[in-house]
Amino acid sequence: MSEANTPQAGQALVDDERIKQISPLRKALIRPELGGMCGTVIVFFLFFIFAGDSGMFNAQGVMNWSTVSAQFALIAVGACLLMIAGEFDLSIGSMIGFAGMMIAIFGVTLGWPMWAAILVTFVLCTAIGGISGYIVVRTGLPSFIVTLAFLFILRGFTIFLPQMLERKTIIGGIRDAAEGDWLAPMFGGKILTGLFQWMGDAGIIATFERGNKMGQPVVEGIPMLIVWALFMIFLGHFILTRTQFGNWIFAAGGDAESARNSGVPVNKVKILMFMFTAFSAAVFAACQVMEFGSAGADRGLLKEFEAIIAVVIGGALLTGGYGSVIGAALGALIFGVVQQGLFFAGVESSLFRVFLGVILLFAVILNTYIRRIITGER
Amino acid sequence: MNPEKAPIIQMRNIEKHFGSVIALAGVSVDVFPGECHCLLGDNGAGKSTFIKTMSGVHKPTKGEIMFEGTSMHFADPRDAISAGIATVHQHLAMIPLMSVSRNFFMGNEPIKNLGPLKLFDHDYANRVTMEEMKKMGINLRGPDQAVGTLSGGERQTVAIARAVHFGAKVLILDEPTSALGVRQTANVLATVDRVRKQGIAVVFITHNVRHAMAVGDRFTVLNRGKTLGTAQRGQITPEELQDLMAGGQELVALEGSLGGTV
Repeated sequence: MSEANTPQAGQALVDDERIKQISPLRKALIRPELGGMCGTVIVFFLFFIFAGDSGMFNAQGVMNWSTVSAQFALIAVGACLLMIAGEFDLSIGSMIGFAGMMIAIFGVTLGWPMWAAILVTFVLCTAIGGISGYIVVRTGLPSFIVTLAFLFILRGFTIFLPQMLERKTIIGGIRDAAEGDWLAPMFGGKILTGLFQWMGDAGIIATFERGNKMGQPVVEGIPMLIVWALFMIFLGHFILTRTQFGNWIFAAGGDAESARNSGVPVNKVKILMFMFTAFSAAVFAACQVMEFGSAGADRGLLKEFEAIIAVVIGGALLTGGYGSVIGAALGALIFGVVQQGLFFAGVESSLFRVFLGVILLFAVILNTYIRRIITGER
Repeated sequence: MNPEKAPIIQMRNIEKHFGSVIALAGVSVDVFPGECHCLLGDNGAGKSTFIKTMSGVHKPTKGEIMFEGTSMHFADPRDAISAGIATVHQHLAMIPLMSVSRNFFMGNEPIKNLGPLKLFDHDYANRVTMEEMKKMGINLRGPDQAVGTLSGGERQTVAIARAVHFGAKVLILDEPTSALGVRQTANVLATVDRVRKQGIAVVFITHNVRHAMAVGDRFTVLNRGKTLGTAQRGQITPEELQDLMAGGQELVALEGSLGGTV
């Protein structure tokens, strides 16, 4: 017995049969972002060919699909971290509508200063996210059901409150109310306007040739929405891959019981991820109401599914414990480019949904295959 | 085994009642540093209850737990772990989708401070994981290899290495070989041997006499909540152990009819 298990014998054992050589392809396959990277390349390649001359890749076009992608990315980051932690949030879309409506009610109907309206809304939404997380971890119910309940509860309030207070379902006048506010430009403003003006003057990007905007560049600056999206992507990726907390997120989603045995505060991690998801929905809503100048009761419909699809395209497993924020961001980029690209290419835009369904199916099949490689199941 | 050494953990007359069921009716076991103490018994003999009492999951109804000479009352498993009693469960605390190094340090992540941020020190984690795995005779492709790609025996070994790295003085292995193939079992038993030589007390729970005989220094047999005595290595034959576990009579009768194949 002891003879056969000297280190040398163990070593030989290891060398000849333990270490299976895996091809670089398979090694690359088990990176969660791979699907997203390939998809991004393919999508850009196709639209370069079919819509290259349609204005999709001039300054205005780029800003167009970047903004749409950033919207997806913003909520995808939250949904991604939550999914890796092993839970779902189906109330993201309702939360967007609710948050926007609360900003409008506080800021316009009640006449609070805009910064206070925004801050209170953020606290409120994050707290609601925390409550749904608390219910999930306390009751042990599937988060699917708990957040489905919140989908209806929040949407109901979003329709009910403005009707009760203002007798309408859209509250406008947010831009006027936000005039001169210090916090509102954090969501509705644009940065690098000087640079874009200079680029317009220098002829690098097109300028308006007539009308009251004559001489101004067609793209005034980078909307804060994009800045927020990049910030959230960076933050999410950093937390997930580089911090102790990130390890806990993976552990909580990989196997909650094993994680608990090893001393990981699983419930705390999950509740915090629900709060983070709600927070990113609130950021989305704040950017949206500042841009539109109004809050509508139907805002954010189906956003929860779009977020989840972006995350899945990005390589995360629906069952938790595996995924990547960068992948989710690429999923969101694919989403935005295709949605806007079909418009530029002159394709009927309802086909976007067909594309969505097809790519979702492919992504899930690919992910299941990848999972088998990682866990060695057959 | 070594009379001059003091036992690291002494379980004295442990009784555990669950309502009207007496799971343990006065069990006494001493475990010494550097020995592999095998706890044998058939299903329902009280092995699991006994080690759960030792690791702080259950509180004994009667009896005393002496750890390093002082009486201990563990409030919960965390308490026992911080005292140095680690349990490696049959269904391990390993997450297949995570890398070996992330698993190894799960819950005990090495921290590198960057201002107020607590960063996961991946360099340190990877280096230590590779070193510890090498000590245990497992060559990884890399520290980022997922635990899911390891065999059952290797996962047990990782779990044992982790417990040892984080300062376990008593290592309780709950049926570590019961679900493994022959070669994997050999690897785990070799790991047990290696750990024992580092001076750690190993409590090895099994109902496989051959596995017990391979690494055990002393053998305690539990039957119906009582110990049937502790034997030193060499004082007892596998057949005798087997008989003790099965409660003697029935198996002897069975053995006759099966022609000595049990």
